[in-house]
Amino acid sequence: MKDKTETEQTAKATPKGEVFVWITGMGLAIGLLMIFALLWVVLKNGIVVFWPSSVAQIELREDRDSTFRGGTTAAGVILEEYDRDVRDLTEEQLESPDQRDRRQIRFFSGNRDAYGQAFAYLMLGDIAEKTYPPEIVRAERMEWGDAIFFPLRLELADGTQIDAEDPDFRKRLRELVDEVRDRRQVINRIERREIGRINLEMRSIEQDLRYLGGMEERTEAQEREWERLTHRLEELRGDFAPLEARAQELRATNRENRLHFRLVTGEERSHHLGEIVNFYYPNDMSLVAKVGLFFFHIWEFLSGYPREANTEGGIFPAIFGTFVMTLLMSVAVTPFGVLAAIYLREYARQGPMVRAVRIAINNLAGVPSIVFGVFGLGFFILFVGNWVDVLFYPRSVETNTPMFGTGGILWASLTLALMTVPVVIVATEEALAAVSRGVREGSLACGASKWQTIQNLVLPASLPGILTGLILAMARGAGEVAPLMLVGVVALAPNLPLDTVFPFFHLERKFMHLGFHIYDLGFQSPDSEAAQPMVFATTLVLILLVILLNLGAILIRNHIRKKYAASAF
Amino acid sequence: MNPEQNHSTNTGNRQAATSRQEVSQQQIQVEAKDLGERASYDPHYIRIRNYDFFYGATQVLFDINMDLPERQVTALIGPSGCGKSTLLRNLNRMNDLIDGIRHNGDVLIDGESIYHPQLEVISLRKRVGMVFQKSNPFPKSIYENVIYSLRVAGGRRKSQLDEAVERSLKRAALWDEVKDRLHESAFSLSGGQMQRLCIARAIANDPEIILMDEPCSALDPIATGKIEDLIHELKENYTIVIVTHNMQQAARVSDRTAFFYLGKLIEYGETQQIFMNPKNNQTEAYVSGRFG
Ligand SMILES: Nc1ncnc2c1ncn2[C@@H]1O[C@H](COP(=O)(O)OP(=O)(O)O)[C@@H](O)[C@H]1O
Ligand SMILES: [Mg+2]
Repeated sequence: MKDKTETEQTAKATPKGEVFVWITGMGLAIGLLMIFALLWVVLKNGIVVFWPSSVAQIELREDRDSTFRGGTTAAGVILEEYDRDVRDLTEEQLESPDQRDRRQIRFFSGNRDAYGQAFAYLMLGDIAEKTYPPEIVRAERMEWGDAIFFPLRLELADGTQIDAEDPDFRKRLRELVDEVRDRRQVINRIERREIGRINLEMRSIEQDLRYLGGMEERTEAQEREWERLTHRLEELRGDFAPLEARAQELRATNRENRLHFRLVTGEERSHHLGEIVNFYYPNDMSLVAKVGLFFFHIWEFLSGYPREANTEGGIFPAIFGTFVMTLLMSVAVTPFGVLAAIYLREYARQGPMVRAVRIAINNLAGVPSIVFGVFGLGFFILFVGNWVDVLFYPRSVETNTPMFGTGGILWASLTLALMTVPVVIVATEEALAAVSRGVREGSLACGASKWQTIQNLVLPASLPGILTGLILAMARGAGEVAPLMLVGVVALAPNLPLDTVFPFFHLERKFMHLGFHIYDLGFQSPDSEAAQPMVFATTLVLILLVILLNLGAILIRNHIRKKYAASAF
Repeated sequence: MNPEQNHSTNTGNRQAATSRQEVSQQQIQVEAKDLGERASYDPHYIRIRNYDFFYGATQVLFDINMDLPERQVTALIGPSGCGKSTLLRNLNRMNDLIDGIRHNGDVLIDGESIYHPQLEVISLRKRVGMVFQKSNPFPKSIYENVIYSLRVAGGRRKSQLDEAVERSLKRAALWDEVKDRLHESAFSLSGGQMQRLCIARAIANDPEIILMDEPCSALDPIATGKIEDLIHELKENYTIVIVTHNMQQAARVSDRTAFFYLGKLIEYGETQQIFMNPKNNQTEAYVSGRFG
């Protein structure tokens, strides 16, 4: 009895002939699979940058001629192990009964300054043994990437030496490195904020002086201005010098202590501590400590400024640039798109003309983005920007240092806004069309004008739909790289587009962008192998940022939907 | 009748109508009694003259001539598609929204043509309120729904708005049910309440005429009964034109009834006469339920 009802139920759940359930379901499954595969690849490759992996010491077999940098000992973080391409194998390796003779490992040996390369390959079969010595150190440095070594001794400014075997060694090293870090922060503050501000003002004064100096004759007022500016320039130079001196002094202090160490090849080297950003004993760490360091690395990555042609350090300016640019784009695209859609849907006489405009708009959405970049360069920068300079910053034209007549975050945002405006128009039109006739007529019957009806009832009811359009626009705009390269993105921007210097928003400034950062790391960096994990990590951040921005818009939309929830009937 | 003379009478009436709004409801009732029944009200308040109407190339109304009396209920009946709604929606020019419409003839309200070039549609619609077949409250609070017409006319004084809400909801017989939740969403009301809210909304800025297009077709009998009672009350103050499919309803609520068929006005007269003693065969067939 029970069995029977059960079979009946299953039969009901999958009615015969419903093959489309499977086909549509499969479509969805494939889509999801691809998304998860993408996330997985990015996650897996991006995360390794931050995890403090153990460092293996590798002894090579004496009876083989395989070597590492001239010796038989290597050390590094083993990244992968794989079957080597058959075409690259020797006769012997091919014929060897041992499978391991055909497998290869890739590992990060660090010490690019000493080895010439930070990555190395070894045949698995050539390895005699792998050990994980607890006293091995991995150090992050200002230059040349990470170093992997056995510490020997600390040589302090006063001449005292602390041996690596000394029980106090690790503690002392940690203290000294922390002090160095604190001092470096002070230097950064001085250079980025104070010297930066003075520099900006000096540049602008120099520009004015160049302008005034290039004149044949000067009026009295201009003469007075010249006086005032030269005086101010002197003043700034006066301010500048002690700051510069202070930074130099701190730098010198950082260079006082030295760390001597031995590479796994036997070579002895040393660094002054100013070179070292951080260090840890990867083989002598608890899991908790590793997790802590992992998150610390992530934090440094998100909040720090880039070093070494962007391959090291953080990506904060790029995150910030992407964020600000996307927001500016949204602010620009929404009113334009919404107004255009209102005109098209509510006011324009529906006819062949409007249909043609609509087709044109839809086609605009399919135009390659680089075309918009070219347009942005031609229209916004060379035309509008030039005129802005001519009208408001005549001196910048005179001295050939354009303000708005060159790429900047404003023009980039507007270019992207132009690119994404069709998305907003289409979504808004749909939302407007969905507002019921009953509500419109009810409003008109109350003596409301058309605009009052739109403003009081139609627009609020369409807001969720408009936001959907904006979400789509942001998703497209935030990930775009090609057009930006023409209108203001740079690999390394000296200043953020938003800071504490009046007028705070510097819309004319060039900016960094995650998408371009990825391109720069992947294609332009001198050591592409070292940059590869950073490419993935940055990609991960870009994805997260886009998701975050969208999530924000979605939350706002849901809030509004709830408010107008019952209007759906 | 001499049109000049006619016009001056109407102007007089118009002034009476304006001052009427200022006196209280009780006074009006007294006045109505004093004047003896409704005889004093203008029997030609709305005049429809030789009216043809076209949607594009299709003509849907043919040479309509009828006069609707002031402060009485006129019912428009007839089979589906005969043009009742079209005629009703032309009285406040709601059909203006549709592309390609055209008309001949004229409609005069209180002696003024609704198509007069100097007349703004908005001011016409302030004088002619409308209640729709499908109740269409706005996605706003009950309070905001009622005073919508005042808001769009620029009304801001709180006391004035509060007063209008209370008065309109009382007239729409909804006040007692909603007075404690005026700031809740209008969608929290039942179907019948929503329709009464729409009526309250239509009378909030004191129009002269209320148009109702099958206002009860989506309601249950109890809610329908309430609306019918309401119509009865409202005709003290407003001229009402109602389209209905329901013969009993027309008989119950209206003073005069017009029967339409295929875009033509077939018969028009006192409700009692139309139902009890129709002159036209088609009318008789329709009201006795033999077709339609
Ligand atoms: N917007 C419109 N465009 C074209 N024809 C219409 C439109 N609205 C109504 N009609 C036509 O006009 C005729 C009268 O319609 P309507 O006034 O709604 O009839 P009723 O309300 O009496 O059922 C019908 O034949 C209908 O198809
Ligand atoms: Mg109808």
